[in-house]
Amino acid sequence: MSTLSETAPGPKPSETGRTLSTPVPAGPAALPVEADEVAFDIKNFSLWYGPRQALMDVTIKLPARKVTAIIGPSGCGKSTFLRALNRMHELTPGTRLEGSLQHFGRDLYGPGIEAVAIRRRIGMVFQKSNPFPTMSIAENVLVGLRLNGVRDKAVLQERLEQSLQMAALWDEVKDTLNRPGTSLSGGQQQRLCIARSLAVQPETLLMDEPCSALDPIATAKIEELIQTLRSSYTVVIVTHNMQQAARCSDRTAFFYMGKLIEFGDTRKIFTNPSNAQTEAYVSGRFG
Amino acid sequence: MSAPSPYLPTPGFARWRKAKSTAVTAVLVLCALAVIAPLFLVIYFLLVQGWSSLDLNFFTQLPKPTGESGGGMANAIVGTIELLAMASVVGVPLGILGGIYLAEYGSDRGNDWLRFAADVLNGVPSIVWGMVIYLVLVVPFKGFSAYAGGVALGLMMVPLVMRTTEEVLILVPQSYREAALALGVARWKVIMVIVVRTALKGIATGVIVALARIAGETAPLLFTALGNNFWNHNLKEPIAALPLQIFAYAISPYDDWHRQAWAGALVLMALILALNITVRVLSRDRRKSS
Repeated sequence: MSTLSETAPGPKPSETGRTLSTPVPAGPAALPVEADEVAFDIKNFSLWYGPRQALMDVTIKLPARKVTAIIGPSGCGKSTFLRALNRMHELTPGTRLEGSLQHFGRDLYGPGIEAVAIRRRIGMVFQKSNPFPTMSIAENVLVGLRLNGVRDKAVLQERLEQSLQMAALWDEVKDTLNRPGTSLSGGQQQRLCIARSLAVQPETLLMDEPCSALDPIATAKIEELIQTLRSSYTVVIVTHNMQQAARCSDRTAFFYMGKLIEFGDTRKIFTNPSNAQTEAYVSGRFG
Repeated sequence: MSAPSPYLPTPGFARWRKAKSTAVTAVLVLCALAVIAPLFLVIYFLLVQGWSSLDLNFFTQLPKPTGESGGGMANAIVGTIELLAMASVVGVPLGILGGIYLAEYGSDRGNDWLRFAADVLNGVPSIVWGMVIYLVLVVPFKGFSAYAGGVALGLMMVPLVMRTTEEVLILVPQSYREAALALGVARWKVIMVIVVRTALKGIATGVIVALARIAGETAPLLFTALGNNFWNHNLKEPIAALPLQIFAYAISPYDDWHRQAWAGALVLMALILALNITVRVLSRDRRKSS
């Protein structure tokens, strides 16, 4: 099994079945597409911020090319869990972890593995849209590619259009690509951020409450977008909004007090959960 | 007619209170005027004393030998600009990179010491800078030089540029750093391209403030650049500077030189004012865009 650091930043494995991928040589570890292929295989994963344990012994298998929603009350560790998936938590000083975390069979925390290489494959969209204020719409989309050394104008142009199309923003901005990214509305900015993440062609997209700062119409657009992303991407979305989880996810994981309480089919979690705490939470009795 | 409201003060009390309010306001206005009055006094005297001596010759000619009238400070004006340029070459990269280190790298403890050192450096009297550079760059090379003057001024810029750079970098929201890191961009690129670019105007403002601060410095140049009555053709030689020329002329016994010293002071003041106005314009843009 190859490790991330060996393959990045060269051709990516497991790009089969991806609509967005430009022709690249097949990677050494190209994986076949299966019905229940596992994107993240996480075993006995615990995480501490200093003395405080934020995640306790989480074992879970997140499916590839499906939308997994992470729900739970504030402070239950769901954002921490999400940020551990592409090692963004390392920006917080004093974190420590145990257990194993694999992404398409590759260890994310093995010796010598670089967080930078991981984040190229596992993108992230944040709660608050954050287009770079000094850059135009086009520059925002392409910044990840440019800073990773892509200079070919034709490739950049193609990725620009593809990414904005995927993010369902192309029609709205195609005539104003040189205007500042911050000139867009809140919902458009968030879709711009999604396009920016897609432009570097990740395998997986992590979304940390991507709609919590948006109005219902903008939220509906993003949810629709998540539905279309599902065919080519593995999406993991943290949400406070249980209707949203029910509407746009295939699987749902319920976290409480740093523990994974229940994980399963979204429909089952919301209609017939096996755990009493899950039932209390999804029916709105606490949280 | 109904009884007067209990909330209405008696007429006498209201008058007394109003008088107190007027008196205190007047004191505050006077204090505010006292704060800005010196600036206007400086500008007034410079204009009165210096304006009449400002002519084309002042900007184009070299100082005349003692006893001859006329001449100008062309070499000192150019010299000051050269010194500022050399100071920037020394002070801007050091200051900005130091500020980046403080804001983005380093441990809390180490950074506290660095900040403390920068603040102490900021308070080092400028004549001390002159003496230190004299020992380090003048004595070993056996001569006063423009280089030594530029280095002395440049080192004075470092703590100021460093602290302002740090402050504006810290103001760049963490979310931009996270967004760029989540694209798989290396950290140094995130800092140099995303963070520094976002804060560029603030950094430029800090540099100009520092330039305005050192443009009028005389003491550090006395033992380093020394001054020169002619054009400087070699940076290893002494170079003229406006503050030095003003100093030399102001302590001379000649009326003509006194007038020229006033004119020089006026030009120097105008230069510093222009730098400060640039800062205002830059920071107004920043407020508007954010």
